[in-house]
Amino acid sequence: MSELRISGLHVEVDTESGPKAILKGVDLTIRSGEVHAIMGPNGSGKSTLAYSIAGHPKYRITEGSVTLDGVELTELTVDERARAGLFLAMQYPIEVPGVSVANFLRTAKTALTGEAPKVRTWVKDVNVALERVGLDGSFAGRSLNEGFSGGEKKRNEIAQLELLNPKFAILDETDSGLDIDALRIVSEGVNRYTAQADRGLLLITHYTRILNYIKPDFVHVFVDGRVAEEGGPELADSLEIEGYDRFVKAVKADA
Amino acid sequence: MAAPVMEAVEALESHLHPTPSWELADHPLPSGREEVWRFSPLRALRGLLTDGGPTGENLEWATELPAGVSFDPISLEAARELAVEAPIDRVSALAAANASYAARLTVPAGLELTDPIVVNGAGVAGSSVAEHLVITVGAHAKATIVLRYTGTTTLADKTDLVVGDGAQVNFVSIQDWDSEAVHGGHHSVLVGRDAQVRTVTVSLGGKVVRLAETAKFAGPGGSLEQFGLYFVDAGQHIEHRLFVDHNAPHTHSNVDYRGALQGQGARSVWIGDVLIRKVAENISTYESNKNLVLTDGCRADSVPNLEIETGEIEGAGHSSTTGRFDDEQLFYLRSRGISEDEARRLVVHGFFADIIRRVGVPDVEARLMAAVEKELEIIVGNPVGVETTRAAGAAL
Repeated sequence: MSELRISGLHVEVDTESGPKAILKGVDLTIRSGEVHAIMGPNGSGKSTLAYSIAGHPKYRITEGSVTLDGVELTELTVDERARAGLFLAMQYPIEVPGVSVANFLRTAKTALTGEAPKVRTWVKDVNVALERVGLDGSFAGRSLNEGFSGGEKKRNEIAQLELLNPKFAILDETDSGLDIDALRIVSEGVNRYTAQADRGLLLITHYTRILNYIKPDFVHVFVDGRVAEEGGPELADSLEIEGYDRFVKAVKADA
Repeated sequence: MAAPVMEAVEALESHLHPTPSWELADHPLPSGREEVWRFSPLRALRGLLTDGGPTGENLEWATELPAGVSFDPISLEAARELAVEAPIDRVSALAAANASYAARLTVPAGLELTDPIVVNGAGVAGSSVAEHLVITVGAHAKATIVLRYTGTTTLADKTDLVVGDGAQVNFVSIQDWDSEAVHGGHHSVLVGRDAQVRTVTVSLGGKVVRLAETAKFAGPGGSLEQFGLYFVDAGQHIEHRLFVDHNAPHTHSNVDYRGALQGQGARSVWIGDVLIRKVAENISTYESNKNLVLTDGCRADSVPNLEIETGEIEGAGHSSTTGRFDDEQLFYLRSRGISEDEARRLVVHGFFADIIRRVGVPDVEARLMAAVEKELEIIVGNPVGVETTRAAGAAL
């Protein structure tokens, strides 16, 4: 049993007019075997949460902690966090010209496990993982994300999720911009990952649509840099009907 | 309708492309303030600019010549007759004037080669060499030519590549000098009608490398791709000055040079210029230069130019970028567990692999990747002054 615990997390970014607080005290605990969905309007800080946990240098943690099985992640480098078992599927995966998907995956797998994967089985594993998300084998030889469509980039993120198989995965709006077929394929990949039952998932999304395919155990409504309400899957259903207005208004009334 | 090519080749007043001339007097000793010299380390080049500089000494040539290909000494006069154009600067004028004899590499018309032609010129320490090399590739021939420089010398170089109509040529020049070599020169390419020419200029070694690379077309339909890569280490000056003269209609050119710099005093200069003459209707051209600055203490100058005399073209553009590592690329790779050093290595590797894979000649690609791997071994640790994440102290 593993645990990713976010406590009192405050994060700011530098803007032209000085530092700006984005996260204002986030508390959230994810245990292996659990699927958590974070939903919220644009600008509520959902992506900031994802990138802060992963260690993006743009985001400065001013208060609070993130621990994975008791290890303080905020004191680790980006790659150390990944090696501790964290994975972030990005909303806008980065293009890296000249670095093939196969080379990238082999380098990552080697870094994560401490030994190079066996060549014969690994090539097959990569091809299987790519094909399962609807990317043909030629993608292994292509430059990482370069010239991929938006949907292909997201599929590639999920192929990585399955191959690298981290303890905890954060999916940052993986569903955004996907057509219904791609959404289904991506969701199936995510469900294969969670079906192992000993992995934790934090699904960040703007839309309830993906929750038709991936069933969350917990839903957190994220507004203005903190969790405004928590509940089970039924909370997502009410969001589908009511939208975020109620929560946004409540936060404004508090302010 | 487009005018005949010959009518269009009028002299153009431009500081970017000096008038070619065989006469040394037409190329006075530069002061360093001239536009074409202002980026260059004249003191380090002095041995290439004075009358008594480059001598009739020669490089030690070694060749691998497939059947049908010849490599022979020729007279300076014969070389002038064959040349693409007269020297455009003092170094190449001295190269052509002071050489004791010139050399000609001949690929006869119609000869289609599978194996590359390899010509290796080795310098001997303490020598000062003038070389004029003319490469002629006959009509409809197919060849890959690798010209590699090794050793240490001070070389004034004039190289002409004359590509016949319909021929397909890959011309790779590798400046693989030892660290004290000084190499200045002028490489000219003439692209025959409907010919396809790809040049790859690789500058790795040497104290100073300063190459002017000019190209023009003998008729319509020609296609020219010029790739370059350079790795500049501490104290090195690597300069490439490109000029593509679109003097014929329906021609195509693409220039893509990439460099990485590391170490105190590493200096690169890239000047690109494309001239689209009035006659050059329906041409397309693009030139690009990218520099990756790996450490503090480096300087990369990159100046793309475009001179357009007709708007009746398919397309023309250029771009230039110089920067440190892309933080987002590093973050992405590191978020998958890859260490910072390894991520940097991957990014630099990819930066060059991205261009090497376009060379399209497996043998050459393998050589170039090997050269990049060798340079990558030099990249160490965490370069001073390059931003890292807030917790970077724990990384190493």
